[in-house]
Amino acid sequence: MTSPLSGIAASTGIAIAKAFRLENPELTVEQQQVGNPAEEIARFDAAVAQAAAELEVIQQKTSQQISDKEAAIFGAHLLVLSDPELIGPIKERISADSVNAEFALQETSDMFITMFEAMDNEYMKERAADIKDVRKRLLSHLLGVKIQDPSMIDEEVIVIAEDLTPSDTVQLNAQFVKGFITDIGGRTSHSAILARTLEIPAVVGAQNAMATIRNGQMVIIDGLEGKIIVDPDAATIEQFEQEKSAYDAQKAEWAKLKDEPTISADGQHVELAANIGTPKDLAGVLEHGAEGIGLYRTEFLYMGRDTFPTEDEQFDAYAKVLKGMDGKPTVVRTLDIGGDKELTYLDLPKELNPFLGLRAIRLCLEMPELFRTQLRALLRASVHGNLKIMFPMIATLEEFRQGKAMLAEEKAKLSDAGIPVSDSIEVGIMVEIPSTAVMADVFAKEVDFFSIGTNDLIQYTMAADRMNERVSYLYQPFNPAILRLVKMVIDAAHKEGKWAGMCGEMAGDDIAIPILLGLGLDEFSMSASSVLKARAQISHLSKQQMASHTGHILALSSSQEVEAYVKGIS
Amino acid sequence: MIEKQYTITDEAGIHARPASALVGSISKFQSDITLGFNGKQVNLKSILGVMSLGIASGSTVTIAADGTDEEEAMAKIDEVLKAEGISNP
Repeated sequence: MTSPLSGIAASTGIAIAKAFRLENPELTVEQQQVGNPAEEIARFDAAVAQAAAELEVIQQKTSQQISDKEAAIFGAHLLVLSDPELIGPIKERISADSVNAEFALQETSDMFITMFEAMDNEYMKERAADIKDVRKRLLSHLLGVKIQDPSMIDEEVIVIAEDLTPSDTVQLNAQFVKGFITDIGGRTSHSAILARTLEIPAVVGAQNAMATIRNGQMVIIDGLEGKIIVDPDAATIEQFEQEKSAYDAQKAEWAKLKDEPTISADGQHVELAANIGTPKDLAGVLEHGAEGIGLYRTEFLYMGRDTFPTEDEQFDAYAKVLKGMDGKPTVVRTLDIGGDKELTYLDLPKELNPFLGLRAIRLCLEMPELFRTQLRALLRASVHGNLKIMFPMIATLEEFRQGKAMLAEEKAKLSDAGIPVSDSIEVGIMVEIPSTAVMADVFAKEVDFFSIGTNDLIQYTMAADRMNERVSYLYQPFNPAILRLVKMVIDAAHKEGKWAGMCGEMAGDDIAIPILLGLGLDEFSMSASSVLKARAQISHLSKQQMASHTGHILALSSSQEVEAYVKGIS
Repeated sequence: MIEKQYTITDEAGIHARPASALVGSISKFQSDITLGFNGKQVNLKSILGVMSLGIASGSTVTIAADGTDEEEAMAKIDEVLKAEGISNP
């Protein structure tokens, strides 16, 4: 067994099959003088016509076998073939300099390729690959070189290539091609995206795959980890066969759960939501079947720039998220800046204890114009979906009342100006300071909901900086002290008919989930990629049964004891 | 010659798919059609030209048509921009 190669995990899953090297024929272009430029142009026109005919077939095949969306790329290729700014100059070059068509094509297309590769935008950079793909097709016809046709593969293989052009990729028949490895490319390259659409595992950017892997060698690719194993021994194959069947079984179970509500084994519904940072994260939220957004961290709107985002910029972002969620609950956390999160354009004095300093709601109440701008943007966006507003770092009831009063004032102003605002916006708080958890019964009379932010709640309760490795042993999500606070918050909410959620890392943790379910947590908000796993886990857990263990769990004396106990019962 | 200004409302700017639809729909017109953005002007019948401008959402562009069928061409452009969600003329 040779040493494992690795690369970027571009599409998940595990594949075990023989290697099939997709060689890229050397299409060398040399400058030659031609005697009759008119004939050379005719030869070029013929190559364009052949390439166009080929592309039409591929386009049709792709739209039938994959999707119209994937087929559209070949529509673009066809347009490149008839682009007057490409074809015109090539022909002019042939007739002006009496050069061969190959050379004129190479030179002219290079200009466009260089231009796209230099663009300051990943998407546009990838378009250079499309031009290269079209050029390769044209060159193969001009030179009479047959390009290896991946659609001819008729046994189970893993394709190894330096790079896959978009047209190579769609010609891979998923029945036989179990996965692919490329030496170049990244997660957003066209081949990586298509691998995810086809749901075949892929590792890209492996660098040395073509140099090391021979035709027919047994290969394992692990698209979860980006690992590649060449010539595995029997034990390794056995191990990956098992991982593969476990993964496939799990994937099948998760896929069934995507559009299902989250129901425990005893029929109780809880809501599984996702945490997001920007509107771009929406796609992942929908793809993983989250029932809502439990935490939209708005500070990303303020970061990586030189000035505060305007009200309109914020409105656009919030409205986009709300529209995208199509009526599903969307909890937006107001600006949580300060502490370790700094803004270059907001010159705040250095603090000795930033985590205990002027941050989040404290900063917003100190700088009301900043806060009111965000509130107005949120209120205006509220008509586009099911908005819930959450204030972070609330320590006292007075802070909540002040924040809520500002919200009411901005709402009244907007209404006076005739701007529509939703009448059903819930206003809640993030519970991350122990004083608030302890006083949850009092808060519950005034807030519409609680969302427990465990990352901060743990560090404040244990008085241990979570960034400080020397005290990291004190970062204990399962410490009964934390669990008791969580219980106080949930019970307080329910007593007043309100709901309680959790939006820290803990909500998606497989040890925490049984405990939280038993404690009666209503909403679990986690990274989108954890949602289906959590939904599957909850479907196997009985809420009532978990609830019967909570008394015992809360009476345990340490985090370790809790972990061991929960592993024993779930 | 007819000239019109458009504000790009598609959140992704002018991407490959809508650009293809636009370029593909006007290739049959005789008129010279140009797309101007940020001081540069390209042939609207050239997919590479259009894409090379890297037009982002919120940008204002100028489209000009000049020729015997300029009115029909402009009407078609209006229609495609709207249908593809690129701009709302």
